[in-house]
Amino acid sequence: MMNAAIQSHLAQLQIVKAKVLAALRKGENYELKTELNSEYKERRKEAVRRVIANMTVGKDVSGLFTDVLKNMHTDDLEIKKLIYLYLINYAKTQPDLVILAINTFVKDAEDSNPLIRALAIRTMGCLHVQEVLDYLSDPLRKCLRDSSPYVRKTAVMCVAKVYDLNREVAEENGFVDAVREALGDANTMVVSNAVSALAEMNSMGGRVWQLEPQTVGRLLTAVNECVEWGQIAILEALIEYEPRDEKEAENICERLLPRLQHANGSVVLCTVRLLLRYGRYVKRADLLAQFSKKMVPPLITLLSSEPEIQFVALRNINIILQQRPRLLSKEIRVFFCKYNDPIYVKFEKVDVLVRICSERNADPLLAELKEYAKEVDVDFVECAVRAIGRLAMRFEAAAERAIAVLEELIQMKVDYSLQISVVVLCDILRRYPGKHESAVTTLCDHADHINAPSARAAYLWALGEYSEHVRNVAGLLGAGVDSLLEEEDAVVQLALVNACVKYFLKQPQAAQALVLRALQTASEKCADPDVRDRAYVYWRLLSADPNAARAVVLTEKPPVRPESNSLPEGLLEELIGELGCVSSVIQQPAKQFVYAYGEHAGVPRGGADAAISAADSEAQATSSGNIETAAIEGEPELLISF
Amino acid sequence: MASSVFLLDLKGKPLIARDYRGDIPLAAIDRFMPLLQDREDEQGTSLPVMSENGVTYLHLRQKDVYLVALTRKNANAMTLLQFLHHLAKVFTEYFNTLEEESIRDNFVIIYELLDEMMDYGVPQISEPKILQEYITQESHILEIMPRPPLAVTNAVSWRSEGIQYRKNEVFLDVVESINMLVNPSGNVLSSDIQGAIKMKVYLSGMPELRLGLNDKVMFESTGRTAKGKAVEMEDIRFHQCVRLSKFESDRTISFIPPDGEFELMTYRLNTQLKPLILCESVVESHRGRIEYMVKAKAQFKQRSTANNVEIIVPVPSDADSPRFKSTIGSVKYVPEKSAFIWKMKQFQGGKEALLRAHFGLPSIRDDDPERRPPISVKFEIPYFTTSGIQVRYLKIVEKSGYQALPWVRYITKNGDYQLRMPDPVTSGASRLPPI
Repeated sequence: MMNAAIQSHLAQLQIVKAKVLAALRKGENYELKTELNSEYKERRKEAVRRVIANMTVGKDVSGLFTDVLKNMHTDDLEIKKLIYLYLINYAKTQPDLVILAINTFVKDAEDSNPLIRALAIRTMGCLHVQEVLDYLSDPLRKCLRDSSPYVRKTAVMCVAKVYDLNREVAEENGFVDAVREALGDANTMVVSNAVSALAEMNSMGGRVWQLEPQTVGRLLTAVNECVEWGQIAILEALIEYEPRDEKEAENICERLLPRLQHANGSVVLCTVRLLLRYGRYVKRADLLAQFSKKMVPPLITLLSSEPEIQFVALRNINIILQQRPRLLSKEIRVFFCKYNDPIYVKFEKVDVLVRICSERNADPLLAELKEYAKEVDVDFVECAVRAIGRLAMRFEAAAERAIAVLEELIQMKVDYSLQISVVVLCDILRRYPGKHESAVTTLCDHADHINAPSARAAYLWALGEYSEHVRNVAGLLGAGVDSLLEEEDAVVQLALVNACVKYFLKQPQAAQALVLRALQTASEKCADPDVRDRAYVYWRLLSADPNAARAVVLTEKPPVRPESNSLPEGLLEELIGELGCVSSVIQQPAKQFVYAYGEHAGVPRGGADAAISAADSEAQATSSGNIETAAIEGEPELLISF
Repeated sequence: MASSVFLLDLKGKPLIARDYRGDIPLAAIDRFMPLLQDREDEQGTSLPVMSENGVTYLHLRQKDVYLVALTRKNANAMTLLQFLHHLAKVFTEYFNTLEEESIRDNFVIIYELLDEMMDYGVPQISEPKILQEYITQESHILEIMPRPPLAVTNAVSWRSEGIQYRKNEVFLDVVESINMLVNPSGNVLSSDIQGAIKMKVYLSGMPELRLGLNDKVMFESTGRTAKGKAVEMEDIRFHQCVRLSKFESDRTISFIPPDGEFELMTYRLNTQLKPLILCESVVESHRGRIEYMVKAKAQFKQRSTANNVEIIVPVPSDADSPRFKSTIGSVKYVPEKSAFIWKMKQFQGGKEALLRAHFGLPSIRDDDPERRPPISVKFEIPYFTTSGIQVRYLKIVEKSGYQALPWVRYITKNGDYQLRMPDPVTSGASRLPPI
């Protein structure tokens, strides 16, 4: 009773609170409305500032649209910029009211100050409102031919915005042609922005531009003079270019080599990408060798940049190394981790270290990895220990030393590094059958500390496999069988049953009682059906034909191959062409994380929205008569849901 | 390229939101923080580049602010991260610090800068000096309103015309930072020299500068022999004012400098170095106490002296009641850093210094493994470069024909200078001498 009363009170309070808040909010907007219409300039200015401040923190101030707009015609640059910003945010929601602002825009676009002209044209492009386009065309045409390069570079970019909004308008008014012409502009910033704008339009699926041979020379000159961002745009355009012949390809590479010395890491990485890409056109071995040699120092210098830049550089180095494994083989030490590197940088460094390691320098690297394995970050320790395993898998000569390192780590009895070391150690044993048996003794000595399921399973496997080398194997396995039912993980139970059977087949006399007990417990009392079934199978096999059992259980297994950890060939080629891009960082093909042009980014592909968009695409498919593809695309999902 | 750029506070709430393309809903930024958390939980670390639902989030953190760029394309991640760093640099230049408070106080100018530095998601201008010429913190009336400086779109986009100084001077600082990683037995695991030539330029007009170094490659290519030692720099990176193609063809460093302070070039030498300051340490851990002995050696020429040497030795976080004795310098325990700092105002080349330290430990401690941070060392050695690089000349030519004086200073200091500690000796009686 009491509770119900309190709750109803609370509910009422909530309603009151909501009402008060709404009133307050309305109150603030109301107050702003008065202020925006104040007769004093300073108060109006302050009000505009507050509107923008509210907008920034996500409050809805769209209701003030007309009042804000009234202040647009002003001689105060700050107010003008703020109101333009307001328009960029809210124009889409009030397309019919935007027309009220057009006059000021058109007037500003003819202002005597280039800063104002550029500002007007830049903002108009950002409004995303079809209705504006009709009014935008004339000013834009003028601005594309403006005397100030600052206005021209802004106008060129504006064409891409128009194109995004309405292709016909952009093409029919000759805007796209004007951008193509701007490639010949005397000013390099206009040129580089034209390149960016054309690339943007191409990426919208328009194929409006292909780099012509006669333009290449101009771009190669412009690249020496424009700002770093412009250089990147030009480099990216040249990467896509297909040279007419070998001579031209060589010339382009040689002219761009100096870019490797630029302070901006992205200019450097783009140049590296270009050199790698042009490897398919340039055939002269001496040149290729020279390019390789020249790109190594700049790549390494990237590692002294900020951690985020290092991260991208390391992910990319990892890709480059898969194509050119020997490129950095002399530089192994620069990839050693520093204590204060962020973890994500350390992960990448360890990966690169293992990749560039050769049999010759495996020893110093193992010593280094051992240091990492003693640190306190659990994830990094696991990464280091696994790296030790990968080295041992790759180089047989390093296996012995790697096992010694792992044994040392196990003896330190630090829980998490012990567990993972056990797993990795057994992996190495699997890789080299019949060798390094002595390591099993270390495992047995620390059996009490091995408690993670994967580690216990690995340890039990080793007991069965190397039972003849273990002194008290019956005791150890017996203890395992006693606590069989306490084991939570089926993996461990299975491993234990397997180990017992193996031991029995090797030493039938000594193990008879043990194996019976193990099979009995497993088949009768185990909760897991897999374990019960496995135990039954062994039981029948052993009682029917021990020789057959021997043939099955003790058969020679195919040797474990070192995990490759490499990207598939096709993807590798794709990513080399996209060095520096998001795809090269997350190492997935772009189509996996980039939504198609029409899809709404920011919402999951599955779920309700996907259903709607799927319906959309089906409707489209039907209208274009392309039903089969839609059906095929739909099929895998159906299968999964079955 | 970028669809939008955000500045967020530590909780992930937007301080500034600038939408450049309108192709990602602004609400997508609300997923940034949860995404960062997820990665942290799953992979043990946050990542600078993350993708979800067709949106890629690229970010970096400065103090209590996240700078985040969103894109829905397979954009150039390197470019966007570099741009965010430039953004941070420009804001710092404008407001002295980049933190939540300075952003809230200056949101108007930040929007202006965002508008100027990026258009339609494509980076445009990021030179702070030039931006400051036409985007200023005072408001303007249209008639006397600034115009875009010519430099913005000029081939020389980093210097404006008409600069005047009564006394024309140039200061050159050659700074070499030593990165070093040494293992407990004193062997160098990796070492390199990060060099930088920093300039302060107070010159009138549009001066043409040419810098001559004792660059081995240049001597070899011109067939001349160096008088002294020549240095082979492995990788050189230049400020954008340097004509790269000229350098590529004949190794001359020629440029029109920006006004004021800037970094002309950086270079790297990957040679195996002897540690300039070597620290050998012995650690003994007994029940209830831990003891250190550190021996520092200055392994450079006697006529040089290292200034402001700080040797930072980490200790367990639960150590207490410190006692120190050192042959030179002073020692201070800094519990908030879990370390003690051994300071020496001056440390002459060839000398050795000895330190003993004693700490109490709680008698009951958990068995978790200790963090094992390395010893780090800070120092400055003036009038000395490890690589032996020298400025041979700096020629200054301006059409008005004034005389200008170049001043050059050399200094070597620590970069990332880490010496790993040995594992503590736990068994047996104490072998260290008493304090």
